[in-house]
Amino acid sequence: MKSLEAELRQLRESGRKALVPYFVAGLTPDWVRHVEAAVHGGADAVEIGIPFSDPMIDGVVIQEAALRSLRLGTTIDSLCADLASLSASVPLVAMTYFNIFHHYGLERSAGKLHASGIGGAIVPDLSLEEAEEWKRVCDQSDVATIFLVAPSTSSERVAKVAAASEGFVYASARMAVTGQAADIGDAERVVGSVRAVCDTPTYVGIGISTPQLAEEAGEISDGVIVGSALVRLILDGADASQVETFVASFRHALD
Amino acid sequence: MADGAVFMSSPDERGHFGSFGGRFVPEALIAACLEVEFAFRDAWSDAEFVEEYQRVLHQFAGRPTPVTPLDRLSSHLGLRVYAKREDLAHTGSHKINNVIGQTLLAKRMGKSRVIAETGAGQHGVATATAAARLGLECTVFMGELDTVRQELNVFRMQLLGATVVPVLSGSRTLKDAVNEAMREWVTCVENTHYCLGSVMGPHPFPWMVRELQSIIGHEAARQLDELGVGTPDLVVACVGGGSNAAGVFAGFANTPARLVGIEAAGGSAVGKGSPGVLHGMRSLLMQDEFGQIEEAFSISAGLDYPGIGPEHAYLAESGRAEYYAIGDEDVIGALQLLSELEGIIPALETAHAVAWIAQEAGKSIGAGSTVLLNLSGRGDKDVAQVRAILDDKS
Repeated sequence: MKSLEAELRQLRESGRKALVPYFVAGLTPDWVRHVEAAVHGGADAVEIGIPFSDPMIDGVVIQEAALRSLRLGTTIDSLCADLASLSASVPLVAMTYFNIFHHYGLERSAGKLHASGIGGAIVPDLSLEEAEEWKRVCDQSDVATIFLVAPSTSSERVAKVAAASEGFVYASARMAVTGQAADIGDAERVVGSVRAVCDTPTYVGIGISTPQLAEEAGEISDGVIVGSALVRLILDGADASQVETFVASFRHALD
Repeated sequence: MADGAVFMSSPDERGHFGSFGGRFVPEALIAACLEVEFAFRDAWSDAEFVEEYQRVLHQFAGRPTPVTPLDRLSSHLGLRVYAKREDLAHTGSHKINNVIGQTLLAKRMGKSRVIAETGAGQHGVATATAAARLGLECTVFMGELDTVRQELNVFRMQLLGATVVPVLSGSRTLKDAVNEAMREWVTCVENTHYCLGSVMGPHPFPWMVRELQSIIGHEAARQLDELGVGTPDLVVACVGGGSNAAGVFAGFANTPARLVGIEAAGGSAVGKGSPGVLHGMRSLLMQDEFGQIEEAFSISAGLDYPGIGPEHAYLAESGRAEYYAIGDEDVIGALQLLSELEGIIPALETAHAVAWIAQEAGKSIGAGSTVLLNLSGRGDKDVAQVRAILDDKS
């Protein structure tokens, strides 16, 4: 079992619902301070978005943030260098589109993530069928390959995707891109379909924009991922203490 | 090129052409791609479906389009040039072939709505047309920049009952329209088919669209036989994503004909690109040193795409087809040449292929060679832009 999964299983055994905020790396010069603030606010793991020019599954908020970060010159190398100053000890997970790793080199990417303290990777446009080589290099570097299960995923397929997912299974609450929701959609059914086939921790994401929704999602899963709502706050100029307050409000709802 | 290799047959079961193609989409779209794949396999082997597709193309879209000997251009260049007249198909380009097939498929799958991306607007107009014919709801995503460049096509789509959504993200051109259509599709796969306009995207689209466009090449091969020309020395087509080129190449892939695709210099995925993953496929892409996709810049909105269909990437890698680029500066002259010598105003996209033939006549195209030009579209949509450019020059 990879280190990330061992940590996240331990978290579940302690009875705590996982809170995983998402940051777009390099969105502001002090983005690593935001990550630390989130940890102070009660985050259990942090998702680090590596910006890509064409984020196919992301809504307008994360698109805007990714382009802004790219204009500031963010690259895999620059964000990994930034992470060296991270003072908090927390599991890190990268999220990006496959072309970023494909271009950087798969083996080199996995090695770079591992060396930077990133224990897992979510690559939403890398379907299970195309992931063989990526899984192989991640095995060499103790990087967990995290896959998504969607409301449209057939039950036969859930078994395969969930079995391939390490660290946690990312349960999409809805058929939507990131950042647009007023309820937790199909989360309960999706989480149930994953639990029927494996006991990997299962977190709900896509549309978890308020503490209320996080509470609902937390009741039926092992944790939640909070992305666009937090990124919106940072795009609007939030400082580290506002980030901490925001994350703490989700923590409070989950506990 | 390996001896005895068969080109342009089916991709492998996961949609690969060599190391290109595949299905790189979010999990939420996997089921939809599988649904399209199974539906198309089933339909394409159903004689009744194929017959209906051919009948509609005949009765509604005006197929078969003729092959026209371009006599004055031929004597001007010292070649024997023939044009496959896709400009004469309904809506003015080859795009109708694909959308007739895909809208019939959408109906067969029980979908009530289609969405599409468009660059120059030709695919959008074709989709709106085919959707109107079948009573399907239609939404077309178009980069905001293109809605300005191709204002008239926006209005044509609206006349046809479609909703046109200007895309404000990224470079506001074709690649962003594809992103937006994919995002939309995630939210509405239940009742909506994504009518992708080129030989690109996730499996089965590159294969399906090539199959639906291959009628161009098969007709042309037969027509050249009837004209006593037989297999031409070259088959030349412009390439953005590459659907008209794939369609015409399909008729000649396993003959000795040279297959030549002409990209816009500002959108030259083969010439300037490297392997990458975008829009559901592994192909050749224009990207920077960090794997960020670069914006394409071309005089023609239809070639403003930083990638190329995966089968073209494979044909280029295997050496079966050749790809060259033509710059904006040579395109207007080629458009004027064909207009004045042959009475055919080609689309700016097509003019790239004309420019290459004119440039290479007597050079890499030996004197007296027979050349089949795929005349992929008519230039009506471009005349305002061409006038503005010519006014600027004078």
